[in-house]
Amino acid sequence: MHLSEPKQVEMFWMMLLARRLDERAWVLHRQGKIAFHISGIGQEAAQVGAAFALRRGEDWVVPYYRDLALMLCLGYTPREFMLSLMGKREDPSSGGRQMPSHWSLRRVNVVSHSAPVATQTPHAVGVALAIKLRREDKVVLTTIGEGATSQGEWYEAVNWAAVHRLPVVFMVENNGYAISEPVEKQMAVEGAAARACGLGLEGVAVDGTDALAVYAAVARSVEKARSGEGPTLIEARMYRLTPHSSDDDDRTYRTREEVEAAKRRDPLLRMRQHLEAQGWLTPEGLERMEAEAKALVEDAVDYATRAPYPAPEEAAYPVFSAEVRRG
Amino acid sequence: MAEMTLVEAIRRAMDEEMARDERVFIVGEDVGKRGGVFRATLGLYEKYGPERVVDSPLAEASIVGVGIGAALYGLRPICEIQFADFIFPAFNQIVSEAARMCYRSNGEWTVPLVIRAPYGGGIGGGLYHSQSVEAFFAHVPGLKVVIPSNPYDAKGLLKAAVRDPDPVLFLEPKKGYRLLRGEVPEEDYVVPIGPAHISRPGRDISLFTYGMMHYYALQAAEMVAAEGIEVEVVDLRTLAPVDRTTILESVRRTGKALIVHEDNLTGGYGAEVAATIAEGAFEFLDAPVRRLCGPDVPGVPFSHPLQDWFMPNAQKIADALRALAAY
Ligand SMILES: Cc1ncc(C[n+]2csc(CCOP(=O)(O)OP(=O)(O)O)c2C)c(N)n1
Repeated sequence: MHLSEPKQVEMFWMMLLARRLDERAWVLHRQGKIAFHISGIGQEAAQVGAAFALRRGEDWVVPYYRDLALMLCLGYTPREFMLSLMGKREDPSSGGRQMPSHWSLRRVNVVSHSAPVATQTPHAVGVALAIKLRREDKVVLTTIGEGATSQGEWYEAVNWAAVHRLPVVFMVENNGYAISEPVEKQMAVEGAAARACGLGLEGVAVDGTDALAVYAAVARSVEKARSGEGPTLIEARMYRLTPHSSDDDDRTYRTREEVEAAKRRDPLLRMRQHLEAQGWLTPEGLERMEAEAKALVEDAVDYATRAPYPAPEEAAYPVFSAEVRRG
Repeated sequence: MAEMTLVEAIRRAMDEEMARDERVFIVGEDVGKRGGVFRATLGLYEKYGPERVVDSPLAEASIVGVGIGAALYGLRPICEIQFADFIFPAFNQIVSEAARMCYRSNGEWTVPLVIRAPYGGGIGGGLYHSQSVEAFFAHVPGLKVVIPSNPYDAKGLLKAAVRDPDPVLFLEPKKGYRLLRGEVPEEDYVVPIGPAHISRPGRDISLFTYGMMHYYALQAAEMVAAEGIEVEVVDLRTLAPVDRTTILESVRRTGKALIVHEDNLTGGYGAEVAATIAEGAFEFLDAPVRRLCGPDVPGVPFSHPLQDWFMPNAQKIADALRALAAY
């Protein structure tokens, strides 16, 4: 599963752009300009690795709220992210109805998801069932946090996919915590991959700070799914480098030393060092990328700041299909 | 026209819709070879095969959740919940997901899904095979709730539900599966979701009901007609969206209203009908609005005398009508 130099550089670029957008969101929150942010910092490598293993725009993706980098790889734009953060009318996920980072992007087959965790997993399986019924060769990627794999709906869905050998890849982004609860409080097994054991599908644990390793694991699972050999459960191990959300104070349950140690294994840093070692990223190249990211982020903030809010009465619809309005 | 039972009409509707539209498929427990525990899907597995009549794992949340995913992909699932009593594991998927998808994605995603569930007591089913669940779901914006009272409506309403672009909960009075008989046209027709039906005109009292209780309401109306009380029986048919116009017009004609359902009283659907009348026809009332409902105990008990105590019947309805007529 070799990825060319330009592809690997592009992966880094996606990770970098996601990181800078995410950091800007934290700043906006501190400035009181947005009400809420839930961060993907520390999880970019796994998301980008997974995205690059798909036929993007053709395969289906049922994501969860930390997947900013994944979304960017699929074609979600910085402006769209800022629109959603600010609850603006033009937000493509929901027109300001959902909290930020509750993605939906029909143009690239990203299904809308909600806040109750693990509700998205059965949807992914249903999409896969439909793909199989129609004998199409698409696959579904669905993501989730490790804490949410304790939910019954997650088990039901994974079990179903295994029974019916459906073309779906379940990727667990194990960032070590579910808000304050460490993995040991979610499962008696060592990690989410081991949960596959009793469900009858392959479970694979992979270093989620290594974009290339995740790419390889997901690419293999995607190929397997596409050729009718059924689902795979991938657990990408990483660390949540920020508090759970802008409403959380993680000092109440983990030490600064622990977080600082994890920062030394920052996936962005790791990818950069890898590219530098290959001679594929120069200091000037990096500087150009940083400048471009900054320009895109600021453009997005300006654009979204100027964009109109929805009119209050737009909250009345669309409860049913007949009320859907375009534009 | 042929005379058939309620369950035959339901089966006929599914058969015709599956023949008409290859996107339509059935998923649920024992719906395949067994043809459903109530035989609603009898013969469909043989006719359409295991891919379109899918025996699911014994897991209701995923029956609905997987159905949602398939609907998002463009299929038209009919999900069978074996008994309405077992719909609660799927509550999250119905309420948080199916019903909200259109609104939360600002119309990007819609869920054309039918959930069929046999409901109701009087069949010796005890607490967990007798429940009426409509009040929980009629409360939910984004969900349509339909309850047929006769074979003609059952076929037409179920066909309308399958063709509806939004999620429909289709509750079937299981006591009536074989008891309720009537003429059903062979040809294709739909009964639109929404309008109530005046099944017996009368000028003294309006009786609002639905499902199995409609059968007893007609009997009771006949009983008191012999005493000179002319009852107008209104079969609501669709609880959400409710036909307020027909309710109010009827009360404006009669000046008295009795609401009958077997679901328990407090917070039951009758409260919504009563409130509708209080708001829209107050000046026309000659008596307080009355409700005859199941008692506020946690379920329909098993033993016959206990069950009889719980269930409304023609006698109890006739007594309530007499009391209201005398007011
Ligand atoms: C059903 C449900 N219960 C509780 C919550 C509140 N909640 C939001 S995120 C979260 C922790 C999720 O942890 P995990 O699945 O590991 O994902 P992470 O946020 O760490 O990426 C909780 C408890 C919720 N959203 N849904």
